[in-house]
Amino acid sequence: MSSVVVIGAGHAAIQLAASLRQGRFEGPITLIADAAGLPYQRPPLSKAYLAGHMDEPALALRPASFYAAQSVGLVENDPAVAIDRTGRSVITALGARHGYDHLVLATGAANRALPVPGAELPGVVGLRSLAEARALKAILGGLRRVVVIGAGFIGLEFAAVAAERGIAVTVIEAAPRPLMRGVSVDMSAHLAGAHRGWGTRLLTETGVRAITGSGRAEGVELSTGEIVPADLVLVAIGVVPNVQIAEQADLAVGNGIVVDAMLATDDPMISAIGDCAAFPMAGQPGPIRLESVQNASDQARCLADRLLGKPAAYAKLPWFWSDQGALKLQIAGLSGGHDRTVLRGDPASGAFSVFCYRDDRLLAVESLNRAPDHMAARRFLAAGASVTPAQAADPMFDLRTVN
Amino acid sequence: MPKVTFIEHNGTAHTVEAANGDSLMRAAVDNNVPGIDGDCGGECACATCHVYVEAAWWDKVGGRTETEETMLSFAAATKDNSRLCCQITMSDALDGIVVHTPDGQH
Repeated sequence: MSSVVVIGAGHAAIQLAASLRQGRFEGPITLIADAAGLPYQRPPLSKAYLAGHMDEPALALRPASFYAAQSVGLVENDPAVAIDRTGRSVITALGARHGYDHLVLATGAANRALPVPGAELPGVVGLRSLAEARALKAILGGLRRVVVIGAGFIGLEFAAVAAERGIAVTVIEAAPRPLMRGVSVDMSAHLAGAHRGWGTRLLTETGVRAITGSGRAEGVELSTGEIVPADLVLVAIGVVPNVQIAEQADLAVGNGIVVDAMLATDDPMISAIGDCAAFPMAGQPGPIRLESVQNASDQARCLADRLLGKPAAYAKLPWFWSDQGALKLQIAGLSGGHDRTVLRGDPASGAFSVFCYRDDRLLAVESLNRAPDHMAARRFLAAGASVTPAQAADPMFDLRTVN
Repeated sequence: MPKVTFIEHNGTAHTVEAANGDSLMRAAVDNNVPGIDGDCGGECACATCHVYVEAAWWDKVGGRTETEETMLSFAAATKDNSRLCCQITMSDALDGIVVHTPDGQH
């Protein structure tokens, strides 16, 4: 029986193991994890967990009993350091060698470092791992002023939690608007207004010169010369895919580990899934890389099917969500390159959707507190269907009838 | 611990234990029951934990929430006894409950 080794133990890795066993795969499955402890869900770390609505045991992707019952080996706290492609094995930091018939790279991504003086000071933190979230949660109650560098999803989710706790929050963004890479101008403007309404100071087109402080972070020096005082600085300027181990093994690497439509690397015995994988998608000019639970889970299911003898190209519709305060943002599709937007619903009511078009072709739908629009969009976009701008704007038009 | 039985579309039954206070979705995912995905982690945001509740248990599981009602209206192959099982909380009163999974969640 063939064996599968997975480097990584995040959403993609766990879903792959679960789907293989559900499909009656009987060979050994080994997950190699950098950290100790049960693999956990990441989305709640910057939302429900940090806000105190969800405790640590509830974060586990699967309970300890899952690994024994499903015969899934979990190597904890022993990072993979090299791939021996000739010998078909993975070598870990402690020197263990794990032989594979198929190797899956689910290495994820790491926080992008802030290249300014003072970035290494205590009090400058990131928010991606449970360890980081735990440390942040422990001191949250004592914070009075925080500066968040980066108005992306993580930065804004944290800003919302902090503002709700009565902490004075300043968010610094280099781009002209928040979530520039992820959402339309319309949605961006609404979210900016919401955060400002919660008392957050949101500065766009503003750079960071340095983190100031003696012995620990005490402030952030902006490109304008202003120094914003801070008890804590959260750096949330995106992530970089973990490609080093693939690069060292001479696999093709670009913005991520390059895979084909079947999620295979240029070595047919090695695949890559989740945040680390750069994959082709119809309608996109080149390989794309997505950081989302949907992408990790669906790619894991697609690869499991191939390893179970049912190969198919990966072609799932991307979708995303973000909770900021009472705002629930849901996105179906990829809006990049859109040249026109159509509003459905009134932003002033706090519940609306933005339909993003390019040349009258619908690319994506962004919904704020409007789950029905999101669910409908996911269904018809996945089916290759569309709605006209006039239908999108018409409140009486039932999106459920589109197929 | 109370038990729950999930019956797959193909008739395969899986009886698993579920701690009081846990959702049926959590019990299914924890025990790797096929046919329940729970992609959103139980936020009632993905409609991938759709089940049909057996008639004898329908009154005991309580009503659908408003959000659940909305999400269900977009799930495939819904019936009068459809629920999203991330919204059903396990208790001693539900010990022995039987639910069926649909042909697919996507």
